[in-house]
Amino acid sequence: MIIPHPLLGPRDAQEFTYLGDAGLINRPYWLSEDAARAFHDYLYLRDNPAGQHRELWFHEQGDRSWLVVTRDTTSHEILSVELARDVALARRSVA
Amino acid sequence: MNQTHRLSGGQIDRDRVLNFTFDGQAYKGHAGDTLASALLANGVRLMGRSFKYHRPRGVISSGSEEPNALVELRTGARQEPNTRATVAELYDGLTAQSQNRWPSLAFDALGVNDLFSNFLTAGFYYKTFMWPRAFWEKFYEPIIRRAAGLGSLSMEADPDAYDKGFQHCDLLIIGAGPAGLAAALTAGRNGARVVLADEDFTFGGRLNAEVEEIDGKPARLWAADTVAELKALPNVRLMRRTTVLGAFDHGIYAALERNADHLAVPEADMPRQTLWRIYARQSLLCAGATERMIAFQNNDRPGVMMAGAMRAYANRWAVTAGRQVAVFTNTDSGHRTARDLAALGVEVVGVIDSRPSATALGDYPIFAGAQVIDAKGKLGLTGVTLRRSDGRTQTLACQALGVSGGWNPNVSLTCHQRGRLVWNDQIASFVPGGTLPQGMRSAGAAAGHFSTAQALQSGIEMALAALDSLGLKTTPLPCPRAEDGAYEVTPLWYVPEGKGRKWLDFQNDVTVKDVKLAHQEGFRSVEHLKRYTTLGMATDQGKTSNLGGLAVMAEATGQSIAETGTTIFRPPYTPVALGTLAGRAAGKGFKPTRLTPSHHWAVEQGAVFVEAGLWLRAQYFPRKSETHWRQSVDREALAVRKSVGVCDVTTLGKVDVQGADAAAFLNLVYANGFAKLPVGKCRYGLMLREDGIVMDDGTAARLAEDHFVVTTTTANAGPVYRHMEFVRQCLAPEMDVQLISTTEAWAQFAVAGPNARAVLTRIVDPEHDLSNAAFPFMACGEITVCGGLRARLFRISFSGELAYEIAVPSRYGEALIREIMAAGEAFDITPYGTEALGVLRVEKGHATANELNGQTSADHLGMGRMVSDKKEAIGAVLSRREGLNDPAGLRLMGFEALDGSTTLPAGGHLFATSAPQQGVSEGWLTSVAYSPHLGKSIALGFLERGQARLGEVVTIANPLQGQSLTARVVSPHFIDPEGERLRG
Repeated sequence: MIIPHPLLGPRDAQEFTYLGDAGLINRPYWLSEDAARAFHDYLYLRDNPAGQHRELWFHEQGDRSWLVVTRDTTSHEILSVELARDVALARRSVA
Repeated sequence: MNQTHRLSGGQIDRDRVLNFTFDGQAYKGHAGDTLASALLANGVRLMGRSFKYHRPRGVISSGSEEPNALVELRTGARQEPNTRATVAELYDGLTAQSQNRWPSLAFDALGVNDLFSNFLTAGFYYKTFMWPRAFWEKFYEPIIRRAAGLGSLSMEADPDAYDKGFQHCDLLIIGAGPAGLAAALTAGRNGARVVLADEDFTFGGRLNAEVEEIDGKPARLWAADTVAELKALPNVRLMRRTTVLGAFDHGIYAALERNADHLAVPEADMPRQTLWRIYARQSLLCAGATERMIAFQNNDRPGVMMAGAMRAYANRWAVTAGRQVAVFTNTDSGHRTARDLAALGVEVVGVIDSRPSATALGDYPIFAGAQVIDAKGKLGLTGVTLRRSDGRTQTLACQALGVSGGWNPNVSLTCHQRGRLVWNDQIASFVPGGTLPQGMRSAGAAAGHFSTAQALQSGIEMALAALDSLGLKTTPLPCPRAEDGAYEVTPLWYVPEGKGRKWLDFQNDVTVKDVKLAHQEGFRSVEHLKRYTTLGMATDQGKTSNLGGLAVMAEATGQSIAETGTTIFRPPYTPVALGTLAGRAAGKGFKPTRLTPSHHWAVEQGAVFVEAGLWLRAQYFPRKSETHWRQSVDREALAVRKSVGVCDVTTLGKVDVQGADAAAFLNLVYANGFAKLPVGKCRYGLMLREDGIVMDDGTAARLAEDHFVVTTTTANAGPVYRHMEFVRQCLAPEMDVQLISTTEAWAQFAVAGPNARAVLTRIVDPEHDLSNAAFPFMACGEITVCGGLRARLFRISFSGELAYEIAVPSRYGEALIREIMAAGEAFDITPYGTEALGVLRVEKGHATANELNGQTSADHLGMGRMVSDKKEAIGAVLSRREGLNDPAGLRLMGFEALDGSTTLPAGGHLFATSAPQQGVSEGWLTSVAYSPHLGKSIALGFLERGQARLGEVVTIANPLQGQSLTARVVSPHFIDPEGERLRG
């Protein structure tokens, strides 16, 4: 696969390490009342869709950016790529 | 023997005679020959034995689809089994051996299988070797293994090099026949970056095998002229001897280039083969078509071959497999063979055409509406029997029969991304469907366009379409004039007459009857058919046989072939040597070796090394008088506790953390607190995974308000850095903090023992006060050594002694170890390796990878109280789960042997002495060492309710070695539990 890196352009997927569902960015608040339950769900309950999937890739042999790649798991078509930090910051500004 | 079957003409260099041997017999051929063409030229038709029945077989094709003519090529370490004689280029001195026969090709003892063929039908192995179960491994498997498999390995190391290469292009053209050449010319002249790859050693594809004209000149000359023009274009790369093996995601292709297979030995520094990774914005499949067989009784006799191959051997290689030849066909293609061979002076005894309306293309006997019903000649064809349209049988004497059942487009690559094929009635075959791999198109025969004119036209059109899709400006090319005959085929998959075996898959010995049997037994889906009969599962992937098998199944089920469907084509298109896939990543090249800064010095000291991940670390430093590693290790460990030792600890991971929020960041990453760590101090840090399990540990040293250096374990340097970047970018994006790995940037040495300070005082520049008051336990700072060299000093201790770790830029590491050794001479400083390091840390109860095994919580390690509940930290919330904090759960404990002669076994399982040693144990030993200080074997391990069982004697079960030992449960801190030494 080729991942279009937002800063570096098209890069071979071999340069990346895969982590999984981008929901891992949405870490629960540690002092919330149901923190134990929330962390359990955050860590263990993830969708595994056949189709569009937002997932985390680490450019380990590159600039060490974490990326959020939106990929169709049935065709490997890559629909969008964002810097994970931007996604995380946008989430903060909404919250 | 002379080249008795050589004809006139051809594209061989008759001035260059090449000597070669086959099964020890010497022959001669010419430059431009393949092994197959050269053998045929010498009258050799018998080239191999079949896989299952050991039937005598000859070559049936002239290309990479060959299922029969598989040989062992070369001898010694370069011997390669299962080489297709049809693609093995002849070179002077070539040696080849036939396979799958004993004692000789003409007389093969296992040919007896053929007599039992009624018992060896489809599913034979599944049905026969089922019982008794006890026979599976000891009896059946060895027998099957001996009988199975084609060819043999030399069992010697491959002396050749294999490379990997990377290319980028606008348009990858796969196949250089008329369509590929026309496409390459179109794209090349329009300035696109083109890669043209063809598996043959000569470009031109079928143009080299046919007698026809393009633009008024012989087609092969048009091909040669076109190649000459393409060679002159700087934007076109021509890759002959290159097979495109697979189409992968996003326009990535794998291609195998055979750089040196046409030479006896690769030239100096030349790889034997190169595996290319081609990034193509667009691609065009011009892979041509493969001719298919018509199955009839004994259609596997040596001498029976594809009509197109027979024509190629005659026109390109000036060879005929027999003085008298016949052709069996259901298309006009077979008639071209008869015409061309007759023109070359070969006696064509007849063309048997199953179509009643067939007419001859030249001066040869034609049997329209007839079918071949049998072939004679066990070791070589002597004649064929046909059923004429008038119902009579007739026998024709001949030594070769060309068969044409029609042509199948080579669509394999279009399916590598799960593309589905479409049935085309006109050619009675499958053509590429609507969903091709990204950016791929097909042209020429691969797309079902069988005339040369159509191939040229579609090549031009598709190249233009590809360039258009890239937004490149294009000017069309005039289409050259060429043969444009209509292709007509009346499908005939097998001849119904005759009770004998009619062969579909030559390589796996699958017959029409086998397919019918599969149907009868319910294996009707194509995927079941394939696996039950092994149709198409040989190394040729059924290129010549799949469709025939599907047709028989379709007939049996009453469905159309389109409804029956095909199995899925997968990469690689042709077999690939494992060495090619490995490339340079073999032997020592498989993974890099990382050397510590003191490595060369340690070699001088006679150190014994051990692999730690990619690192080579000194394991111990034996002295001449020492004959056992334990003597060295005991001496080193004792020296550290008695005086002073030095150890290279560069391999520990180091991460530089800088920024205004560096402390807050570490506070989040580590379970224990870091916010209040003063500048100039170090702290032990416990890092958890989000699920509460311990990920790693290390120390963090605060060099400045906004600057920390943290260490990781050697093994986790990469994963911990990745994790820290995840936390920084994804969980704490608002923090002002930057990370960089500096593992390679700093050489670091532990100097440990009561005299450590005295040694370092001689190295550290005098303005830095190392006294206990000025630089106490857990102090850190940036200093200079040896007269101004910048360094970092950490007063941390893994050994439990007064100890420091001193770091200098890596390039000074070797100099520093020599300085330290010189400075320590007065104290008999002792270099120690990883073994003594392990002894010292077990004596102090420090956890390492054995204990941080991905299953243990802070509580298990006795560090539960370190997990702060006053702050947010990764893993803190879930570390408080009940199951991870069960008072009856595992706890890291120390264990000591009851006497000096017992050696505790690592991995031994723990049981109460009163309990039976079976079922679930109460824990296990993780690390063991012989403590020279205590004079006995000690261990760390996890034990249920460990903290409540101090003093208890437990049983250690080691069933692997039939051992059952006892040990006492003690504190994991064997030496100086109060930590007075390290504070001194």
